Amino acid sequence: MKNITKLLTGAALATGLATSAFAQDDPLQVGFVMVGSINDMGWNTGHYHGLEAVQEHFGDAVETTYVENVPEGADAERVLTQMALAGADIIFTTSFGFMDPTNNVAERFPNVMFEHATGYRRDHPNVSTYSARFYEGRAVMGHIAGHMTESNIIGYIASYPIPEVIRGINSAYHHASEVNPDVEFRVVWAFTWMDPTIETEAAQALIDQGADVIMQHTDTTAPLAVAAEAGAIGFGQASDMIQFAPAPRVSAIIDDWGPYYIERVQAVMDGTWESGDTWDGIGPGMVGIGEMTDAIPEEVRASAQAMVEAIAAGEYHPFTGPINMQDGSAWLADGEVADDGTLAGMDFYIEGVTGDIPN
Amino acid sequence: MFKLEKRPSPSKPWILATPILAVILTMIAGGLMFAALGKNPFEAIRIIFWDPLFSQQFAAYSRPQLLVKAGPLILIAIGLSLGFRAGIWNIGAEGQYIMGAIAGASFGLTFYPTESVWVFPGMVIAGALGGWAWAMIPAILKTHFRTNEILVSLLLVYVAEKFLASAAVGFLRNPEGSGFPGSRQLNRIEAFSNPELIANTGMHWGVLLAFISVIAAYILLNKHLVGYQIKLAGQAPRAARFAGVNPTRLILLCMGVSGILAGLAGVFEVTGPAGQISIDFNVGYGFTAIIVAFLGRLHPVGILLAGLLMALTYIGGELAQLMLGIPASAIQAFQGMLLFFLLALDVLSNYRIRMRKEGVA
Repeated sequence: MKNITKLLTGAALATGLATSAFAQDDPLQVGFVMVGSINDMGWNTGHYHGLEAVQEHFGDAVETTYVENVPEGADAERVLTQMALAGADIIFTTSFGFMDPTNNVAERFPNVMFEHATGYRRDHPNVSTYSARFYEGRAVMGHIAGHMTESNIIGYIASYPIPEVIRGINSAYHHASEVNPDVEFRVVWAFTWMDPTIETEAAQALIDQGADVIMQHTDTTAPLAVAAEAGAIGFGQASDMIQFAPAPRVSAIIDDWGPYYIERVQAVMDGTWESGDTWDGIGPGMVGIGEMTDAIPEEVRASAQAMVEAIAAGEYHPFTGPINMQDGSAWLADGEVADDGTLAGMDFYIEGVTGDIPN
Repeated sequence: MFKLEKRPSPSKPWILATPILAVILTMIAGGLMFAALGKNPFEAIRIIFWDPLFSQQFAAYSRPQLLVKAGPLILIAIGLSLGFRAGIWNIGAEGQYIMGAIAGASFGLTFYPTESVWVFPGMVIAGALGGWAWAMIPAILKTHFRTNEILVSLLLVYVAEKFLASAAVGFLRNPEGSGFPGSRQLNRIEAFSNPELIANTGMHWGVLLAFISVIAAYILLNKHLVGYQIKLAGQAPRAARFAGVNPTRLILLCMGVSGILAGLAGVFEVTGPAGQISIDFNVGYGFTAIIVAFLGRLHPVGILLAGLLMALTYIGGELAQLMLGIPASAIQAFQGMLLFFLLALDVLSNYRIRMRKEGVA
């Protein structure tokens, strides 16, 4: 994050939309665009840790820059263009809403590589997409939740009704009900990724309805604070949220982008970078499971750990049949494993989850 | 020690001098803050104020972007300024902006796929009506039930945001988008798009309309009876009533015009730079426009300049983040300083500072 102007004096950019001059001896310029603050303790902090990992791994061979709090849409397109004009060689755009701006800017800067998180559009050969199989982590959290609930009511704070979130609910419910058939999920749709006020209200409402386990697909620590007061338990989301351990935070789903970022930056250096789609889970380390604390009974910790290892080894897929759809119709036959296409576009609940997906 | 003495009328020289003085004070205070963060203050100030306009590396791109960013701010602020002058406080332009965009996009997408050249004008009209209708709720509640338009218009912003989220994941969702939220890319479909009118200038229909609205507001306020009534209602409400100003009509007019302009800003944004209805489509133009209106002292030409200045600090601020690693929150603090000094220095145009001898009562 040093001043990079002096490196760019040679880059003649008369048209304003020329591509960056890249000389072999200069440090590789790596840019990151964040939708929120790098201090949000959740999603954006996770990506910032990835940036730090890149800087640490390559040292002087790279220079990292980032712009935070970038609104999705026209503003993102401007920030990306300016980053490319400033000489970036590879840019990571770390929010779903940056999908179209990423592809639009990539078209104009064919020599800059773009990596878009959680999207599906790769319109140009210099765009890749990547995401994590968070549902693998949700399976483990669901397993723990199903064991630990005494009221048999698990509260779930969901963000937006999109496949990613629906997949998480299904995965968590499937594994909670597997160990505790009486379990019931109460889902509150917050319609935000990050809003401590709304998350607090949602968590409180769920606890008032009898929930003693709170799961969240929103990014702040507010639900854990509510759980702490009510004596309920919860899980870290995106970052470890270890400050709430050993309870209410009994474990966590951690996004670990560092290894992927290092791999991709290395590929640009080696000239082997290619457009592709990466969807990694616990195995390659993109999804991490935060330390399970003593608040979880020992045998549950052991069975959860066994599940983590089975998923990591590729021996177990969280969506393995028999699983029916919410209306009772068959989805996966016994032993059948869900294909990635269906998972990527998942817009239905599985059997046992109550309520409707809002529109 | 000091005594503030109200001037009979605001000082003309100070009105012109305070903005320049405010910018200089901001540079000093902001420079100190950047230095405290361990950044070179001179470089930071140069990057924020100079580079977007004149640097060889960025200016060719960022100069047009200045218009793209300033356009909606100016358009919305002009509408708001009319009401503000008359003492009618529409704080909910953000909501009217959202509803304009949704109405415009919905109208267009009903005809998808189409190549008709009449769809886009229809979308613009729908957008204007959307913004107008949303502004009429606080307006009519005020004229008929004496509710407070500040509260109602503000709260309707949050309703509009929920409606936007619902549209993005529901009735406007792109059926070919694999279940992800967000509408079709309107700016990629010719019949729906609001393109640059001249390549690489940033000038689109919304920016053009913003300039026209500046001229229209100037004429309205200075040459037209309605403009006179607006000013009179703000300065002397009782006198205005005796002069035959109908307050109900004035409220409906001012709220309506500001709603229409905010709605138009929304529809031009969604068909142009933003490109689609998404959950986070609104980025605060409606609220920032309130600042722009006051920064421009509710004068059309002042609003034009204030809008461009705000846009400059946004774009320069992003460059400063990118080039120097200055955190976004420091940039926001810097923008805050600019507003603070501008408004604080208003004291100098409205008051005379006199020294007062110690001991005298």
